[in-house]
Amino acid sequence: MVYLTRRVEFSASHLYHNPAFSPEENRRVFGKCNNPHGHGHNYVLEVTVAGEPDPRTGMVLDLKELKDILQREILDRMDHRFLNYEVPELAGKIPTTETIAMAIWQLLEPRIRQGRLHRVRLYETPDLFVDCMGNGR
Amino acid sequence: MKVVLHRRYRFSASHRLHQPGWSQQENQRVYGKCANEYGHGHNYVLDVGLTGPVDPATGMVTNLADLDAYIEREVLAEFDHVYLNEQVAAFRSLVPTAENMCRVLFERLRAYPHARLETVGLEETGANSFEYAGESRENA
Repeated sequence: MVYLTRRVEFSASHLYHNPAFSPEENRRVFGKCNNPHGHGHNYVLEVTVAGEPDPRTGMVLDLKELKDILQREILDRMDHRFLNYEVPELAGKIPTTETIAMAIWQLLEPRIRQGRLHRVRLYETPDLFVDCMGNGR
Repeated sequence: MKVVLHRRYRFSASHRLHQPGWSQQENQRVYGKCANEYGHGHNYVLDVGLTGPVDPATGMVTNLADLDAYIEREVLAEFDHVYLNEQVAAFRSLVPTAENMCRVLFERLRAYPHARLETVGLEETGANSFEYAGESRENA
């Protein structure tokens, strides 16, 4: 098995707010992430696909195809967007790194047809990132 | 789906790799310049990996404010800007290699109450990094 990882970046804004919480509770739980005007990050996404290289091409999957999938499914949806309001997959959810990474997994998993999606790693900052993996490792 | 949250923290500390039961020659042979009598220091990067269900009300595995406060209290307050061999009790009788530091940190952080500790990673320099996941995964 070979693991192939491709990295892309996108920039987006978000805020954390649960309408079921009181204003005080929102501020207590979410701190400055509760700022109603939102704030932004430069996200770094690393997508790892696992598979056996095709003996004819030597590739787990065609990187051009993976690049196109990431462009279409993730960057076109999330780059330079306000995640809470402009990304349907995140509507009504708190767009934490955990939530965004899970949404990215759900978007990509059915699109990877050669090899299989192994891990989605999403960095919100260099010091905070989330790994999503399918049923265990 | 399994979700693992990683957060990185920095501390700077000095240490000396030296086994008191060995001769100076033996220490020098095994640890090289890391055995120098007066110690030396590193800028360490600690990577804490935590897993657990994502709370739908908050979207979080754990609240980072809770995690930051815990790491500050349990690790940074004791490990930052100290001489590890003398000032962290665990290393008075254990060589503070990055490997041993990972194990000590793992044992300390597994008590974190809001999520399950998955891994402890430690970068000693940009070129050397270490990861410990406890014994259960190694035996699995």
